Amino acid sequence: MFLINCPYCGERDQSEFVSGGEAHIARPKQPTELNDDQWAEYLFMRKNIKGIQFERWNHAHGCRKWFNVARDTSNDKIEKIYKMGEQPPKL
Amino acid sequence: MKNKYSIFSLIKNAFSNHENWQRAWRDPEPKKEYDAVIVGGGGHGLATAYYLAKKHNLTNIAVVEKGWIGGGNTGRNTTIIRSNYLWDASAGLYDHALKIWEGLSQELNYNVMFSQRGVMNLAHNLQDVRDLKRRTHANRLNGIDAVWLETDEVKKFCPIINTSQDIRYPVLGGTLQRRAGTARHDAVAWGYARGADEMGVDIIQNCEVKGIKRNGDSVEGLETTKGFIKTKKIGVVAAGHSSVIANMAGLKLPLESKPLQALVSEPVKPIIDTVVMSNAVHAYVSQSDKGELVIGAGTDSYVSYTQKGSFNIVEETLKAILELYPIFSRMKMLRQWGGIVDICPDASPIISKTSIKGLYFNCGWGTGGFKATPGSGDLFAHTIANDEPHKLNAAFNINRFVSGDLVDEHGAAAVAH
Repeated sequence: MFLINCPYCGERDQSEFVSGGEAHIARPKQPTELNDDQWAEYLFMRKNIKGIQFERWNHAHGCRKWFNVARDTSNDKIEKIYKMGEQPPKL
Repeated sequence: MKNKYSIFSLIKNAFSNHENWQRAWRDPEPKKEYDAVIVGGGGHGLATAYYLAKKHNLTNIAVVEKGWIGGGNTGRNTTIIRSNYLWDASAGLYDHALKIWEGLSQELNYNVMFSQRGVMNLAHNLQDVRDLKRRTHANRLNGIDAVWLETDEVKKFCPIINTSQDIRYPVLGGTLQRRAGTARHDAVAWGYARGADEMGVDIIQNCEVKGIKRNGDSVEGLETTKGFIKTKKIGVVAAGHSSVIANMAGLKLPLESKPLQALVSEPVKPIIDTVVMSNAVHAYVSQSDKGELVIGAGTDSYVSYTQKGSFNIVEETLKAILELYPIFSRMKMLRQWGGIVDICPDASPIISKTSIKGLYFNCGWGTGGFKATPGSGDLFAHTIANDEPHKLNAAFNINRFVSGDLVDEHGAAAVAH
C-alpha cells in the first residue's frame, strides 16, 4: 500500500499500477544460441532482493505507460523513478 | 524424557494450577558444530528436523530461527489442508502430507486439532466447471477422494452459500474433498518442536543467519548472530526469505516474494462447518474453533518483504465473500495481517539439492505451504540425509527450470492455493 509518482500522470495509488517485476533483464538478442542454463537464467531466475530493487511498473489504469522504479522492498519506500531505457541510478 | 500429555496429566496439573508443566523444549546455546543445520524454525523446518532425527538418526542437528518458532508463515496462514491437485507429482506430494496429518496428533502426542471437515471448491463459469471436473477425475485416478457437486448439492452441503443464479458470479457447482480440512497451525510447530527437542535437536531462537561460508563448491558453516556454526549440511526452509539466504551463498532462485493477506472476524456461533474456496472470485472462508471466520485474500502483484498487503486486495476479497454469503454482511473483522510468500513460476515448490554440495533448499511453497508441512518435512529430511530426493519429491527439483519439466499448478489446482 503506497503511492507511485507516475512520470507522466503524477502521484497515484499503487492499485492503479501493475508491477512488471525485476527491471533491466534484457531479452537475449539470439535466443536460439542460448543453452538451457542461460535460457532458464533469463526466463526464471530472479534476484528477489530484500532492499533496494529496480523494477518495471505499468500505469495500467492510467496512461498505460511503462517506467522504472527503484524501491526498497523491505519497507516499500520508493527511492527513485526513472524512464524506460535509462540506466539504473546509483543509490 | 518428556512427560506424556494425556487426560491424566491434565487432571494432575489442574491440582497445581497448571504451574508445574514441564518445558516443551529447551532453549540451548548453539554448539560449535552440528551434523546438519536447518535454517528456519517454522512448521516445515521443525518437521524436517523431527524426521531427520526420527527416521534418519541424525540427532546432532540444530534448527536456527531468527525470530521465535512458528512466528512466520506458520502462524499467518489460513490453516487449510487438502490434496486435490491436478498433476500426478503434486497429488503424490500433497496426499503424502495428508496421510501423515491423519495420524499426526497421535504420533506427536500433541493435539494438532486436525479436523477433516471437507474442502469445497466452487465453479462460477463454464470453464471453471470443465477444469474442476477434469481435476476431480484426475484426483480419483490418483486415489484421492474428490467428488463433483451440482449447485443444489453445494447448497445442501453448505446452506449459507448464495446459490441464486442472479448474482454476478453464480455458483454452477463445485468439488468436494471430504478428507481435507483444517488444523491448528501453532500446535503443528509446537508439536514438532517438542518432538524434535526430545530426540536431542537444538532449537535455537533469536538466531539470524548472516552468511553462508563456502569452501569451493561445498558448505562449511553458517555465520549467525550467535556466532559461527560449523556444519557440512544446511537445509534452508526460509519461506519468503529463501532468496535472501540463497544470495548469501551466491545462488539465484526462480522465486518472487510477495505479501499474502488473511483476516479474521469477531467470534460468532458455529455457522460454517467446512472450508469453502472460490478461485474465480478469489475468496475462501472457514470458521475457527474459537468461532472467528478465517478469510484468505490474494497476493499483491509486487515483490515486498513488509508482511503487510494492500487494502484494495482485502476489499476485493470481502466483496466476493459478501456476494457469496450475504449472511456475513454485518460481521466485523477483528484482525488483518500479511505474510511473505515465495512463489515459483509454476506455483509448485522446490525440495531439492543445489549446485553447492551440502546446501539444500525447501522453498517456493507460495500461498499454500501449510497443508504440506508434515510431508514436506519428511521428504526434505530424506533428501538431506541421503543426498538424494525421495521419489515423491524428485519432480520438485530445482533443475526443472532448466530442463523445462515444470509442474504447472498455476490455475490448474483448486484455487490460488
